[in-house]
Amino acid sequence: MLKLPIYLDNNATTPMDPRVLEAMTPFFLEHYGNAASRNHPFGWEAEEAVDYAREQVAKLIGADPKEIIFTSGATEGDNLGIKGIYEMYASKGNHIITATTEHKAVLDTCKHIEKSGGEVTYLQVQPDGLIDLKELEAAIKPTTILIAIMYANNEIGVVMPIKEISAIARKHGVLLFTDGTQAVGKIPVDVNKDGIDLMAFTAHKMYGPKGVGALYVRRKNPRVKVTAQMDGGGHERGMRSGTLNVPGIVGFGKACEICMLDMEEDTKRISKMRDHLETELLKLEEAYVNGSREHRLPHVANISFKHVEGEGLLMGFNKNIALSSGSACTSASLEPSYVLKALGLGDDLAHSSLRFGLGRFTTDEQIEYTIKAISETVLKLREMSPLWEMYKEGIDLSTIEWAAH
Amino acid sequence: MAYSEKVIDHYQNPKNVGTLDKSAKNVGTGLVGAPECGDVMRLQIQVDDAGMITDAKFKTFGCGSAIASSSLATEWLKGKSVDEALKIDNMDIVEELNLPPVKIHCSVLAEDAIKSAINDYRVKNGLEEIKFEESVVH
Repeated sequence: MLKLPIYLDNNATTPMDPRVLEAMTPFFLEHYGNAASRNHPFGWEAEEAVDYAREQVAKLIGADPKEIIFTSGATEGDNLGIKGIYEMYASKGNHIITATTEHKAVLDTCKHIEKSGGEVTYLQVQPDGLIDLKELEAAIKPTTILIAIMYANNEIGVVMPIKEISAIARKHGVLLFTDGTQAVGKIPVDVNKDGIDLMAFTAHKMYGPKGVGALYVRRKNPRVKVTAQMDGGGHERGMRSGTLNVPGIVGFGKACEICMLDMEEDTKRISKMRDHLETELLKLEEAYVNGSREHRLPHVANISFKHVEGEGLLMGFNKNIALSSGSACTSASLEPSYVLKALGLGDDLAHSSLRFGLGRFTTDEQIEYTIKAISETVLKLREMSPLWEMYKEGIDLSTIEWAAH
Repeated sequence: MAYSEKVIDHYQNPKNVGTLDKSAKNVGTGLVGAPECGDVMRLQIQVDDAGMITDAKFKTFGCGSAIASSSLATEWLKGKSVDEALKIDNMDIVEELNLPPVKIHCSVLAEDAIKSAINDYRVKNGLEEIKFEESVVH
């Protein structure tokens, strides 16, 4: 049975797995203690639950539970990880290397650091969305303290060569921070095998609840410390004060456990659906995949349909299919996705993109429906697109002098 | 962002999509916007000897509001004289379609397309090009 509407925006957030909700429920009504209350059973059971969740989370990324700092989500983790290192290692240097396709939580954090006297290098990416490792190494200088490169990109799903990046970081005695938001729970991530020193990630991208995440902070080889960004009761080994979100943390732990158990099966099923969707949509003329297809998350596809505008395209089916577009016609800026532009895509292609994020609950029927709905809408809109008509007449659109707008 | 019912209706059943012979003397063509900005409108009018607009066609690359604005413009143009057509104001389109502030530029583009088509027609027929003030919202 086809279930509508269809949710294909799993890079934005995922639905919660019912098993996660089930694990959380008792911690709202029965076990409501504060995990920092040391003197009574309410506190003890909350602390025990948090400890267990910490183990579940740590296990998924091959870390020690003591290396997990619970946060409110990945944005906080990005802020704490990057600003925390910048402040803690101020005596060693003030230079950070990142890339132009990072999430805003990383880019704006870096901008903040620049304003307070730090120096940041923003690496360009190649047309496939990956950074050039030689460029990365060349950007390192004596004052470099941190490399902040995401594990996988939220818009195009491209997976960075984290192992190679960490090898370079190690060689030069620089720490590696990675935003693992899109990757953790979807593909195998192991902080030791990958050589990661700090990693931010969040529960709501892996079928857990919103409002809870973690920052992994390495404790051995080397021992890494971050300066707290919030003052208070000294929770989380002094790195993140604030009463722990016990039900959220319990749900996060359960979500991690399920991801670990189901990852292989999920990946097999989801990537097959993604590949089918992509193959069928690429049968349309002038349709292109954005970013590397080889180094990519198994559930993501970002496709541009030339000569139709993304938002107009979404309108053809967004009652029934939830998708996101790289076009930003809804925002006041009218600027299309900076990630797609960083790949070297023209604004016209960036405006014509759709991002598909499949998930654990996506079905074959939904994919068939999506293929049909999108193909029909693209054809319909091309019939009313002046650009498509010009293209079909063999006019080179780049030679046209467009009226300033 | 939710679209108004009128925008949805124009999007689903656009009026007057198509192409007129742009080389014909009695056809005026306006092409405005740019692919980089995410919208391009082409609006065409066909004018009879009495200066009445007998047909209007459009093709638009853009969001639903841009498509609706141009579709509505062609509906309004048909049956009007060229002089009357010059009086169509973008705010009339905004009002008719209930466009939110972020979509006002779509209506401006439609107004520009009308003016540009009229000027193309005028120049073809040996009339002087009308100078318009720069649109405010761009």
